[in-house]
Order: sequence, then structure tokens, then C-alpha cells
Amino acid sequence: MRPRNEKVAYLFLSPWMFGLLVFSLGPILVSLYLSFTNYNLLQPPKWIGLQNYVHMFTQSQLFATSLVDTLEYILISVPIKMIVALAIALLLSLEVKGIGVYRTVYYVPSLIGTSVAVAYLWQQMFGSDGLINKGLALVGIHGPNWLAEPRTALFTLAMLQAWQFGSAMMIFVAGLKQIPESLYEAAIVDGAGRLYRFFRITLPMLSPVIFFNLIMSIINGFTQFTQGYIVTDGGPLNATLFFALYLYEEAFNFQNMGYASALAWFLLVLVGVLTFLVFKFGSRYVYYES
Amino acid sequence: MTGTLRTRRGIFLAHAVLIIIGFLLIYPVLWMVFGSFKPTNEIFSSASFWPRHWTLANYPHGWNAIPGLPFGTFILHSLLVSCLVSVGTVLSSAIVAFGFARFTFRGKSILFGIMMITMMLPTQVTLIPQYAMFHYLGWINTYYPLIVPAFFGSPFFIFLIVQFIRGLPKELDEAAKIDGCNAFTLFVRVILPLIVPALITTAIFSFIWCWDDFFSQLIYLNSAQKFTVPLGLESLANAVAQEEWGPLFAMSTVSLIPLFLIFFFLQKYVVRGIATTGLRG
Repeated sequence: MRPRNEKVAYLFLSPWMFGLLVFSLGPILVSLYLSFTNYNLLQPPKWIGLQNYVHMFTQSQLFATSLVDTLEYILISVPIKMIVALAIALLLSLEVKGIGVYRTVYYVPSLIGTSVAVAYLWQQMFGSDGLINKGLALVGIHGPNWLAEPRTALFTLAMLQAWQFGSAMMIFVAGLKQIPESLYEAAIVDGAGRLYRFFRITLPMLSPVIFFNLIMSIINGFTQFTQGYIVTDGGPLNATLFFALYLYEEAFNFQNMGYASALAWFLLVLVGVLTFLVFKFGSRYVYYES
Repeated sequence: MTGTLRTRRGIFLAHAVLIIIGFLLIYPVLWMVFGSFKPTNEIFSSASFWPRHWTLANYPHGWNAIPGLPFGTFILHSLLVSCLVSVGTVLSSAIVAFGFARFTFRGKSILFGIMMITMMLPTQVTLIPQYAMFHYLGWINTYYPLIVPAFFGSPFFIFLIVQFIRGLPKELDEAAKIDGCNAFTLFVRVILPLIVPALITTAIFSFIWCWDDFFSQLIYLNSAQKFTVPLGLESLANAVAQEEWGPLFAMSTVSLIPLFLIFFFLQKYVVRGIATTGLRG
């Protein structure tokens, strides 16, 4: 359309622009203001300067705990998720028959994984009398009470996250398809073995996709709520008090809306940095050319 | 000869590995679905998903576990919210996507960049001011906070539809203009019918995400009479005895039926969407 249609263009964009102001940009700015106040929703916010941030970074034990929990959770779940997703994607790229069926089956956990139903399923499976320990008993292992120990509880939730590797896998499958076949043919002519081809062609060519998946998984880790809330309720001993859960509790159990806004801004800056990295280095997936 | 043999054995091995991993991966789901047909004590007594004694008792038990609120109420509420969110997202995202894909205007790349960035924005970042706003509007404990924002375009699906529209030949627009179309008729008569696949993908994913979403529903809905499926499941877990998994498995299975139906009957559209929707992690 010609530039004289600018007004018409803005008319088409107007629903989104209104939503952006009212549901995104406006709230982001308001929460910046609220982060410098004491606010409980019922009384007007009271300016307290940097106190919320001082509390967050220097006094709050729980903030530090929630950060450590979340990072540990990410450090366990994300590498497993990436490796499994890539391994299965490579298998699927062999063009075996019935690839559609496999793809469907492998995507099912991603489809339902964030639901409350699956959270309860996980609670049952990792209970002291649950499926996992029944399975371990078959091979003579006496399993722990997974959800009662801080270490194993965190691990259990990390497994629930890793289980949902389906969407990362699909992105890898798409990425693998874009590597030119000629590269492999040339390498074979030069006598390169399988391993050499994987490390010297597949991995480097796939690196933007891997990077993209990695960053998205990290952001995703910081916003996990349902699993920690339903399966373990943040426990035992705050071992699964993930960042999003901590923010929720401060805001809605203790009405510390000002402090929770400071937490939200911390998250915003963190996600901002990660997103910047995606746009800068993983641009193949998000690049826009007009 | 050895070459083909090796390939054949390779393919056989690949199948074997894929089947074994797939089965292990799906086992928890089988465990839950078939577990809902076991008497509760059998859920604890064996690791086999196949019931030794079949029973349907868990279903009426779970359905009626909360006095005065059969599980069907929660399903109706979830259907209402998810369908409206889906419709709102499709309509608004299609309109905005057309604006981005087919016009040139000042500030376009900046606006598009802003949209791409807001796609990454976690709910928690805007949560508190939004909650305060809905509180002042008197919308807490109504479905409005869940539904209304969907009518203002979702960055994620705008991006998906923009990509789709940009794949359509520009000559279409020129031809339509010669035939006397203006921007609106071009959108409604020419573009919309052609982007139906992308719209179906959008409808499916916005429905699924809303159906699965626990956080917003937990925050905005307080009274049990208004509860949706995720909140209903939580109430059910609190209503039945601690170790009584049968009824919970039964209603959990019921709660996943819409997702499975969509996935298996509209798989073509789901697969098409995943490459983009993978953006959501």
C-alpha cells in the first residue's frame, strides 16, 4: 500500500497499540513507580525511595533463596532438555517411516505439561508410594521420598520441565532441515566420519537455533509457577520456591505490592538482557526484514 | 550390499530407540488415563498402567466431589473463557497483522520491534498494575480480566500471521485494487480467506494456552461458583482424601480431553504452528 494510506495502516494497528499502552507499557511504567512505594492495594501507594530494592538485594533471605532455586532448576532441566531434544531431532531427521507419528507422540508432553492435571500426576508419581518408586522397586532399588527432600524435590520438578522437550525438538527439526545437504556430501567426499560431520557441520550450523532454544528455556524457567505451586508448594524448606512463586506470595499472600513490583522490575531487566542476546546473536528466528 | 544392510539395520535401530523412548515418555500419561479406571488401592499396588480390576466409580465420585458444584460447571466456564479468548485473539491479531504486513508507514520497524520485544514479556512483569487496574474497574472475580485483553492482539500470533501474509503474492493486492477494492475490502475479501490456515493455528494455540493457564485464573477468580477447570482440579484435590488419587486422575483425564481432541483432529495446523510457537519456550 502507498504511504498515503498511513492513516489506514494505523487504523489496522490501533487495537494492538491501545492494548500495548493499557496492558503492557502503561503497567510497566506504573510498576516502576510502585517499586519505590509501599503499596497494599487498599491504601494509596506511599513513597519509600529505594527501600524495596535495598531489602531485596541486601536483607531478604527468601529473594536469594528463590534466585538460587530458580537457577539450579534451570541448570538441571535446560541441559537435559536441550540434549534430549537435539538427539531425538537427529533421529527424526534420518527420515525413517512414520515420522509424523513419532513427532505427535513426542510433542504430547509439551502440549499438556503446564496443566494442573499433570502437576498432580507428577505429585502422585514421585510420592513415596508412587509410580517411580514402584518401578524402582522392580529392580530392587528402594526409592527416596522424592518430594520430601529439598534436593530430590527440585530434581523432580526439573524432570517435569525436561519432559516437555517437544517444542525445542520441533525447532531443532526445522533447523536441521535448513542445513544444506551439499555440505555433508562435500565432507563425505573428503572422507569425514560421522562424528566429525556432527561436530564440524551440524553443531556450528545449528548454533543460532541452539542459542535461541537455550535463552527461551532460561526465560521460561524464570516464569514457572504452576509446578512449584501445585506439586511442592515451594517446599520442602523453600527448596522449590521459584522466582515467580516468590513474587506471587509477596504480592497476593502478604499484599506487598510495592515490593513485588520491585521483583517484577528485576525480572524485566533480566528478561530484557536475555532477549537482547537473542536478537543480537540468535537472529535467524526472530529477524524481520521489510 | 553391506551398505544397504547397514542402513537397514541403522533404520531398524532408530525405530527401536524411538519407540522405546516414546513409550517411556508417554507412560505417565497412560498411567494417569488408565489409572482413572482402577480402584484407588490398585494405583498404589503396581507399576503397571493396565488395570487389573476395571471400575468406572472414580468418574461420578470426582464429578460430584465438590458439593453443589459438579465438575461440568468448571468445564463450561473454561470453555466459555477459552473460546472467547480464542475468538478475540484471532480477530484482533489478524487485523493488526494485516496492518504490519501490507502497509508502509513511518515508524513501522520500530513498532514491529516493540511488538517482538513484548512477545518475550513475562506475565509477572505487568501483573501488579494490571491487577490494580482491574481491581479499580471492579473486575476482580469476573471473567473480564481473562477475556478482554485478548481482543487487543497478541504479539505472538500477530507475528505468526504477519509471516503468513508476507508469503502471499503482492500481485493479489494490485489485482484487487484494479477491481476497485480498498484496504478494508482487500482485507476481508482477499486476504482473510487466504490466511485461514494461520487463523486456525492461532485459534488452536490461544485456546490451548488459555485452557492450561492456571496463574491468571488463580489470581482473578476467587469464588468457587466462578471456577474454571484448573481451579476446579485444585479444589477437588483439596476436597478428596489425601491419598485418594482415583477421582483426581478421572477428572484430570476429563480436563485433558479437549486438548487431545484438538491435537489429534487438527494436527496439521498444530504442527504448522509449533515452529513459531516454540518461541514460547
